[in-house]
Amino acid sequence: MKFKKKQASTKQSIPTASLPDIIFMLLIFFMVSTVLREYDIKVQYTLPSATQIEKIDNKRIVTYIWVGRDGRVQIDDNIVLIPEIQNIAAKKRRDVPQVIMSLRIDEGSRMGIVTDIQQQLRKGDALRINYSALQKL
Amino acid sequence: MAMLRKRASRDVQIPTSSMADISFLLLLFFLVTTTIDVDTGIGLVLPPPVEETDIVKMDPDRIIKVLVNAAGDVLINDELASLLQIHEIVANKLRAKPKMIVSIKTDRETPYRVYIGALDEIKQAYNALREEYALQTFGLPLKQLTKEQMDEVRENVKQSISIAEPERTR
Repeated sequence: MKFKKKQASTKQSIPTASLPDIIFMLLIFFMVSTVLREYDIKVQYTLPSATQIEKIDNKRIVTYIWVGRDGRVQIDDNIVLIPEIQNIAAKKRRDVPQVIMSLRIDEGSRMGIVTDIQQQLRKGDALRINYSALQKL
Repeated sequence: MAMLRKRASRDVQIPTSSMADISFLLLLFFLVTTTIDVDTGIGLVLPPPVEETDIVKMDPDRIIKVLVNAAGDVLINDELASLLQIHEIVANKLRAKPKMIVSIKTDRETPYRVYIGALDEIKQAYNALREEYALQTFGLPLKQLTKEQMDEVRENVKQSISIAEPERTR
């Protein structure tokens, strides 16, 4: 008895007509999830390291405060003076009530400046903070 | 002279075959520019601002005072210790009396890295307690707990770290 290979009657090609749509879907996903806002960091700093660190998942509610080696303070692309922080923090708190202030402070800074910034944040009612740190190996 | 209008051929169509390529390029651009680096650090909630008049005096027995000076020396409830001993001493004190508040205070001249080190040590003490609690109640280490169990551990071993009110300098 002769065996005959069964042949499917459909066309033997993958339909590519919907390919652009699939790619567009991917594209839109990435466009939505991308946060393009990147800051121009004007201060030099090295973060301290710690073992018990946590991740902040939601980037959109975070405001960064940089403190450089020379003691300059930067918030959102601007170098600010310490007494100005209160108003900035209050404004951030009004805009995003669950705001997290992430402090990116140079590891060699003195605690005096850190305490001053914290006092300003308290007056501005932005109480959730995060000491940015790297994973200690 | 009669003007003759030129006719275009019938089926005018935009070629769509390159659409996929164009969107691929866009996709690649977004893929490259997306940064997925997450911010990591030690989270803390600052105390609300208080007037000088209504500062609450706490019962000294309920506070573990951690003082750090500029040289990196540590004083825990008036006993001298080193930075690396903090987690052990604090954990022991918390085991004896679980509801204690850890208060951390530094000198203005203390380097930030020392402060973070001390804070990290205190967090380690709490982590050790949570690990013990998890083993006792669920018989599992912290990392293998489910989310609900983790919440329960967090609820029962609460972190209460307080940043001491800075003193007025005149």
